[in-house]
Amino acid sequence: MTFPPPTSTRPTSTAPTSAASATAVSGTARTTARVLTDADGRRIAPWQLVVRYVLLLAVLALTVGPFLWQLSTSLKGPQEDIFSSPPTFFPSDPTLDNYGRVADTIPVWDYAYNSLKVALASVVTNCVGAALAGYALARMRYRGRRAATLAFILAMLVPVEGIIIAQFTTMRDLGLNNSLLGVLLPGSIGAMNVLLMRNAFLSLPDEVEEAAYVDGANVWQRFLMIAMPSVKGTLAVVAIFAFMGAWDDFLWPLIVLSDPENYTLTVGLNYLHGTFATDERLVAAGTVIAVLPLIILFACLQRYFFRGVGEGAVKG
Amino acid sequence: MKSTIASRAYPPDPAAAGLAPRSPGSGRGPRRGPGSGQGRRISRQLPFSPWLFAAPGLLVVGAFSLLPFLSTVVNSFTDRRVLVAGDYVGLANFRELVHDEMFWTGLRNSTLYVVCVVPALVVLPLLLALLVRRNIPGIAFFRSAFYTPVVASIVVVGLIWVWMLDDRGLVNSLLETVGIGKIGFLSDQWLLLFSAMAVTVWKGLGYYMIIYLAALADVPRELHEAAAVDGAGAVRRFFTVTVPAVRSTMVLVGALSSVAAFKVFSEVYLMAGPTGGPAGEDTTLVMLVQRVGTGLTGRVGYASAISVVVFVVTVALMLLVLRADRKEDA
Repeated sequence: MTFPPPTSTRPTSTAPTSAASATAVSGTARTTARVLTDADGRRIAPWQLVVRYVLLLAVLALTVGPFLWQLSTSLKGPQEDIFSSPPTFFPSDPTLDNYGRVADTIPVWDYAYNSLKVALASVVTNCVGAALAGYALARMRYRGRRAATLAFILAMLVPVEGIIIAQFTTMRDLGLNNSLLGVLLPGSIGAMNVLLMRNAFLSLPDEVEEAAYVDGANVWQRFLMIAMPSVKGTLAVVAIFAFMGAWDDFLWPLIVLSDPENYTLTVGLNYLHGTFATDERLVAAGTVIAVLPLIILFACLQRYFFRGVGEGAVKG
Repeated sequence: MKSTIASRAYPPDPAAAGLAPRSPGSGRGPRRGPGSGQGRRISRQLPFSPWLFAAPGLLVVGAFSLLPFLSTVVNSFTDRRVLVAGDYVGLANFRELVHDEMFWTGLRNSTLYVVCVVPALVVLPLLLALLVRRNIPGIAFFRSAFYTPVVASIVVVGLIWVWMLDDRGLVNSLLETVGIGKIGFLSDQWLLLFSAMAVTVWKGLGYYMIIYLAALADVPRELHEAAAVDGAGAVRRFFTVTVPAVRSTMVLVGALSSVAAFKVFSEVYLMAGPTGGPAGEDTTLVMLVQRVGTGLTGRVGYASAISVVVFVVTVALMLLVLRADRKEDA
């Protein structure tokens, strides 16, 4: 099942039949200049619309408000009272000072750079590894394919939180604890991503590849030139979730990294929060640095985020 | 034409064919793409190239998921420490668990987390999905905005709410302004745990909302219309049309969220601190695993035993939810 991106269904205000029947039923319905209808062409009464928007705004305040409050706190100067009651939502004298000061307290830009390195590496390893393995599971024939598929399914079912200590001892044995490579490796090729790619390859028709085969294309050519271009959408989903997963991860880097020099941003923020009797303005600035890249990414690539939820949920 | 392809389906090279013998039925995945019924997997390939393709994935998954799972189970029967190999001790770790008050605290908190968070995450996102379902102007913006907490790291979310719920934070200054007075969200053992739960729900809302939106799109509109013609109000239609139609999705959300809730770590760790709040009373099971098993003196064996309990409960939760689903069917 594929998830229909919610944004794809625009309001269809031209549904004459149902609009007309609605008017006929209600008889004396006022004929407004613009009749508001939903995706199915059903009319929405004005009072209903008002209630809806009020509720929407209330939820909006609840979900986005805390982020804005954090942003506001991060922009308040040292003289401004951040604890005032009633609260002041707009900084009286907005300043970017706190972003400089947080960098004096912890090497926040180094941490961000570490996170970025791990996240980008994770995107590459997941895309390449999952595409290769997914192709092998979906479109190649060999003995042991079932066993390989089963291995990925089992791996997907193993809860990360339950094996974290064993992963930690594995990393120690490999001498990779306290390194960014150690942070990257366990999530470098997600079993779920492999299965997502497998499903994407499975849904391609065989005929095109067969034609290429007849034309003499070998397996690498078929993989790169024919199969890959057809699964770009799923690949984008894998890339986004690999980035988000690596950038947002906390428990694993917390366990594997012991030296503050190698911290990723999430572990660094926890350190900032816990170690110093903190100025809330600094923590706020740090969290804004951590969340902004993802919000921008999300704003640009929403439909892949939503699509990933659909595919992932059906899988999981 | 078909037979031409079929006859070429296996390498003409007999050696290669010998390595990849044709065994009808075997090697077929449970799901196959359209057209795969007649066509055979074509393979102008070296005999080892499928394994070359699958190798990186199998290696990572094997080394960092499957083997650690096995070694967790094995370690749970040893007194292994981070720096000491350890010996087989039988069920000693599990016997110790039974008498470990901290373990029971962790089990209680993680269970409570499931009991409180799951109903909220099954119901609230459904209501939210109904709210954003109709395509009224600007709705795409609202959908995206409601999803924002999902995108943010749990650390960011945790720290935002630590500040929001601080004694002098936004929530308390609002409460003071309206005359209710301060509430020590982050100092009381129970309030802390419930605050963490609220944060979990807050962060999960958007995710499950999207899942429900997909399910709602499949509900036939005629059902609603028929019910409306019969005079059913919105509330009645919700219970007689919407809920039955998305029930399987509710079960899915219940399963996903209960497993996630039982394994809660970050929210409580960030809000209650590494030691788990007053006297460690807010410790969850995964927090205990992290605390016991890491560091130079980490007790790998004992932490593995707790992990095994986490596995068992997780699987049990899945089965419970799925069984509840089947019962309702009967």
